[in-house]
Amino acid sequence: MKKLLILGAGTGGTIMANKMRKILERDEWDITIIDQFKTHYYQPGFLFIPFGFYTKKDIIKPKSDFIPIGVNFIQSEIDKIDGKNNKVLLQDGEILNYDYLIISTGVKTVPEETPGLKGKLWHKNVFDFYTIEGATALANFFKTWEGGELVLNIADNPIKCPVAPLEFVMFADSFFIERGMRDKVNITFVTPMEGAFTKPRASKVLGNMLKDKNINVVPDFYLESVDNDKKVIRSYDEKEVPFDCLITIPVHMGDSMIERSGLGDDMNFVLTDKFHLNSTKFDNIFVIGDSANLPTSKAGSVVHFAADVVTENLMCAIEGRPLTAKFDGHSNCYIETGHGKGALIDFNYDTEPLPGSFPFPGIGPFGLLKETRMNHYGKLMFRWMYWHILLKGKEMPIPSEMYMAGKEV
Amino acid sequence: MAQKEYAGKVIELDDNGYFTNPDQWTKEMAKEMAKENGEELTDKHFEILEFIREKIKSGQSLTIRSIGKSGITDIKSFYKLFPGAPLKKATLYAGVSKPSSCV
Repeated sequence: MKKLLILGAGTGGTIMANKMRKILERDEWDITIIDQFKTHYYQPGFLFIPFGFYTKKDIIKPKSDFIPIGVNFIQSEIDKIDGKNNKVLLQDGEILNYDYLIISTGVKTVPEETPGLKGKLWHKNVFDFYTIEGATALANFFKTWEGGELVLNIADNPIKCPVAPLEFVMFADSFFIERGMRDKVNITFVTPMEGAFTKPRASKVLGNMLKDKNINVVPDFYLESVDNDKKVIRSYDEKEVPFDCLITIPVHMGDSMIERSGLGDDMNFVLTDKFHLNSTKFDNIFVIGDSANLPTSKAGSVVHFAADVVTENLMCAIEGRPLTAKFDGHSNCYIETGHGKGALIDFNYDTEPLPGSFPFPGIGPFGLLKETRMNHYGKLMFRWMYWHILLKGKEMPIPSEMYMAGKEV
Repeated sequence: MAQKEYAGKVIELDDNGYFTNPDQWTKEMAKEMAKENGEELTDKHFEILEFIREKIKSGQSLTIRSIGKSGITDIKSFYKLFPGAPLKKATLYAGVSKPSSCV
């Protein structure tokens, strides 16, 4: 029996398990997926928890519900990958051999990288919303908060879902308006970038949206530490921003297993061929999702588009052909802008997000880079598609390669 | 696309004033660029510029944090060496493209 190992049963790993089990012959290929955790989180849902739209039960399901029959699921921590000998070592000493390996171990927030961030105000006045614990603690805090300085800070890039911090402040604006206390809450968006978003045209449009919503932007702020006594965040060039409630997007890093395996960069992201999506060190290791060091967004849509490329190239490798599929960095993100509206951006390695409309067979079109109700419904509808179509590796009605139709150049 | 003369050579620059071809870069050019901002480059500056050029050449992404982890300098001193927006300035002087760490 030949062996395909998948490390990580999040969005990328689960999709690949489903796709590959359909393609590879059961009497020739053994497929095993390994993850240390039991629960699958619908991560786009974290954003909705602090504002009470979702609770924990709306966004969790057992990982095993999505692992197809015929795929072995091992719950264990991974010690390291021995790429030279095609082996994976588990924490308890078990050794697994593989012919092909898919790395989909994702990315995690590391608040410990910033002095004072996990200090005495952690989950009292300082919250992250990229974890279930942080999002839930913040929801409770907001229930009784009487207002003050609400500061959102992005510690560093890259982060998961680069639009989520923007959505958060826009949601906060409409949340506090609806509660009749917007005049008591001053919202400030503090970012290491030079504007609201990473790409110029989107940054301008989104920057204007923030302005219209009376949200202050502090750009070029690179977080050094959090002063819990003075309640300020401080940058490396000694700028200070005071807060009563700090929403932090902590530093993101890949899994430490990547470092132990010698396959990553200094932030533990796997060194990956950005077009073919295999490891630059070993041809029989493929990489999908947030764990890769690709110059595109760390987002579920990217994983979904990349899955088609990894599937095709993995089959090329198995059958001894040159790798034919080429990833274009395609990313597609709904942006919640509050008051039941949303915007949409669609871009890749070479094309920045442009205004226009996005054709969506059967449902669309959605407006690009503008606020519409339809975009908001698109985002809500997506949760259903995520559980029922995307994770199961079924066809979604969007092709993986970006197209220019509807975009205004 | 813009052109500008540094150290007696005509250099192709992008819209933001960054080199489009890192191979055209010399240390002399970096010194001239710094002088335009009233800055003097030391050996420490050049150690960082070389580190940046190596990173970019190997196709790796560049962040302020990765420079802080380089062993050459810590982030605080990096800010002092290249005041203002250090990564933007250092990549400019290093003759590489503007960092695209933000995606």
